Amino acid sequence: MTDKIPVTVLTGYLGAGKTTLLNRILTEPHGKRYAVIVNEFGEIGIDNELVVGADEEVFEMNNGCICCTVRGDLIRILDGLMKRKGKFDAIIVETTGLADPAPVAQTFFMDQDVSDVARLDAVVTVADAKWLSDRLKDAPEAKNQIAFADVIILNKTDLVTADELAEVEARIRAINPYAKLHRTQKCSLPISEVLDRKAFDLDRIIEIEPDFLEQGHHHHHDEEMQSISLKLDGEVDPEKFMPWISNLTQVEGPNILRCKGIVAFPNEPKRFVFQGVHMILDGDVQDDWKPGQKRDSKVVFIGRDLNEKAIKEGFLATAA
Amino acid sequence: MTAQTAPSLTQNVTPIDAGAHVTAIGWLKATTAFALGDGGVLLTKDGETHRVEAHPDAGILVGMSDGERFVTGGDDGRVAVTGADGSTKTLAETKGAWIDSLAVSAGGAFAYGAGKRVVARDDKGREKVLEVPSTARGLAFAPKGYRLAISHYNGATLWFPNVEAKPETLEWKGSHLDVTWSPDARFVVTSMQENALHGWRLVPDKGNMRMSGYPSKTRSFSWSGDGKWLATSGAEAAIIWPFESKEGPMGKQPRECGVRHAKVSRVAFHPNTYVLGVAYEDGCILLIRLTDASELLVRPAVEGSGVTALAWDKSGKRLAFGCEDGQAGILTLPT
Repeated sequence: MTDKIPVTVLTGYLGAGKTTLLNRILTEPHGKRYAVIVNEFGEIGIDNELVVGADEEVFEMNNGCICCTVRGDLIRILDGLMKRKGKFDAIIVETTGLADPAPVAQTFFMDQDVSDVARLDAVVTVADAKWLSDRLKDAPEAKNQIAFADVIILNKTDLVTADELAEVEARIRAINPYAKLHRTQKCSLPISEVLDRKAFDLDRIIEIEPDFLEQGHHHHHDEEMQSISLKLDGEVDPEKFMPWISNLTQVEGPNILRCKGIVAFPNEPKRFVFQGVHMILDGDVQDDWKPGQKRDSKVVFIGRDLNEKAIKEGFLATAA
Repeated sequence: MTAQTAPSLTQNVTPIDAGAHVTAIGWLKATTAFALGDGGVLLTKDGETHRVEAHPDAGILVGMSDGERFVTGGDDGRVAVTGADGSTKTLAETKGAWIDSLAVSAGGAFAYGAGKRVVARDDKGREKVLEVPSTARGLAFAPKGYRLAISHYNGATLWFPNVEAKPETLEWKGSHLDVTWSPDARFVVTSMQENALHGWRLVPDKGNMRMSGYPSKTRSFSWSGDGKWLATSGAEAAIIWPFESKEGPMGKQPRECGVRHAKVSRVAFHPNTYVLGVAYEDGCILLIRLTDASELLVRPAVEGSGVTALAWDKSGKRLAFGCEDGQAGILTLPT
C-alpha cells in the first residue's frame, strides 16, 4: 500500500528545541495538513492543526520478550485518527525529553492495525550543541535518542565555539555515524530534510555509508554505546546468514537499538536488504545488483555494550 | 455456501449516504442515529434524514444508545447527548482528553473515560470519579445494579461508583482493550492487544479464561439475547464462544460462522433469535442462523467500504450498518 500515512517521530532532550522545530514545520507554507501528537499542550501556537495529547504509556507485549514494548496510547490515538482520514496528510509524534524512541518505533512494526494504515518515516532527534556532551554522560535517554536517530539536528550552534562544536559532533558520530546530521540555529533548516525521509523503507536503503568523510576526525569512543560496521568481500550463505542474524537479534536484541544491512546471496540477482529495531527484523530482496557493482555484504549495528569481536566472527563465518 | 450464492435480502436494504466514517449506531425507537467521524450525528426516520452537529469541528470516537438518547464521545473532549427530535447538548466536558470509552445504562446513568480518569454519573446526576492505573480503554455497566467494569493495562477494575469500598481488581498481564459483561453478570470478558480475549469468571472463584487463536484484534463483541453465546470479530469468520455452562467456554471449541476471505469487523446478535449479523472489512454483510448455519446476504463486498458499525433495533426487525467511507443502510426484515 502506497497511501499509508507517514509518521515522523521528534525526539530530543529537554530544552533542545523540539517545540521550535515543530512550530517551524507547522508554519511553513507547505500546503500539508498534520495531525500532531504531543505530550504537553500549550506550547504549540497553531489553531488549525489537529493536536492530540498523549500519555506515553509504554506497554510490554504479553509474549515474554522484555524489549517488545509498544506505545499503547499511540495505538489508541491512531485508531481514533483513522476515523478522520482525509483530514490530514501526515502525523508528527513529539516525545518527551526522557522518552526512549524504541517503543514508538516498534509500535509501527508490532501492531497490525497501526502498520496497516501508517508507516514510520523517520526518527528525528534535536540535540543542544551546548549541553549534549554533558547529557551523553549523565542521561541514558539522550544517548538512546542519538543512537536511534535517522536525522540529527544539532541545534543552538551559536552558543558554542568551533572547537566545542567539533567535540560534540565527534561524540555524536561515535554513537551514530549513519544519521544525517544538520547544524542549526533555532532549528532553521529546509523542512524536506526532516519530513518524508522514508528512513524505514527498505527500498530506500541503497547505501550504508557514514554521513561524513574521514577528514582527520579526532576519534571518540563512547564507552557504552557504539556502532559496529562490518564488511565482507563477497557473498554470504543464506543458510548460515539468516539463522545468524535472527539469533543475534533474539539474544542481543535488548542491547541492539538499530541494525541495517545489504548482503549478497549466491545466484540471487537482487540484493537482500534488512533493518531492525531491537528484536524486530524486517528484510526482503530489493533491486538488482547493478552490472559491474561489487557483490559484497555489509551490516551495521548500533547498540550498547556490543561484543564487536564475537559479532564480527559470527558475520564472517556466514561467508558463502 | 459462499456470499455469492447466499439468498439475498439486498432488495430490503434502504441505502443512506452518511457522508463520513460511521463510528457508531444507536436506535432511538423508530429513529436511527449514525455517529460520524466528522462530528455529526445523522438521524433517519421513515426515509427522512436530518444532520445534527453534535461535536462541531471534531470527530465522534464512540457512541451508545439506551433506547431514548444517543450519547457520544468526541476528540473535542466532550460527551454529548442527541435525541430523536434532533436536540443536542453537552453532558460533560474535559480539558483536551479524547473521549473514546463510554457506557450507558438503561436507567439513565452513563460513564466515560478521559485518560486515566473514569467519570460515572448516576440517574440522579451524582458524579463520581475513579483514577485507574493506566488509560481506561473500555467501559461496561453490569447488567443489573450500578456497577462498572473498566479495562486497562494489566487487567480490569470493577467499581461500584456509589459505594465507598475499594474497587475490585481483576489482574491479567497485557493491554486490555474493550470490555463486556455477560447478560447474567457471571463473566467479564476483555479483548486484548495480543489478538486474544481474556475472561474472568466472577462466580465462584474469579477464574481466568483465555480465548486465543485470532489473527487480529477483536474490536466487536455481541451476546446472544439469552446470554448463552458470545460472538466476536477479528478472524475470517465470526467466532462464537459458548457461555452456557458455569465454566464458560473453557475446554470447549468455539463455533465459526460465515467463513470468508475477509476479516470480520463487526458482529451483532439478533435480540431474540439465534441469528447473527456478521459484517466484514471488505464491506460484505451476512445474516447467519446459528442452528443450521444458513446465510442470507445483506450487502455484497464494496471496495473501500469496510463495515465499521452494525446494530439491530430493539425488536429485531431492522438492522442498521455504517461503513468507513460514509455509506450506510438499513435492512428491514421481510414479514
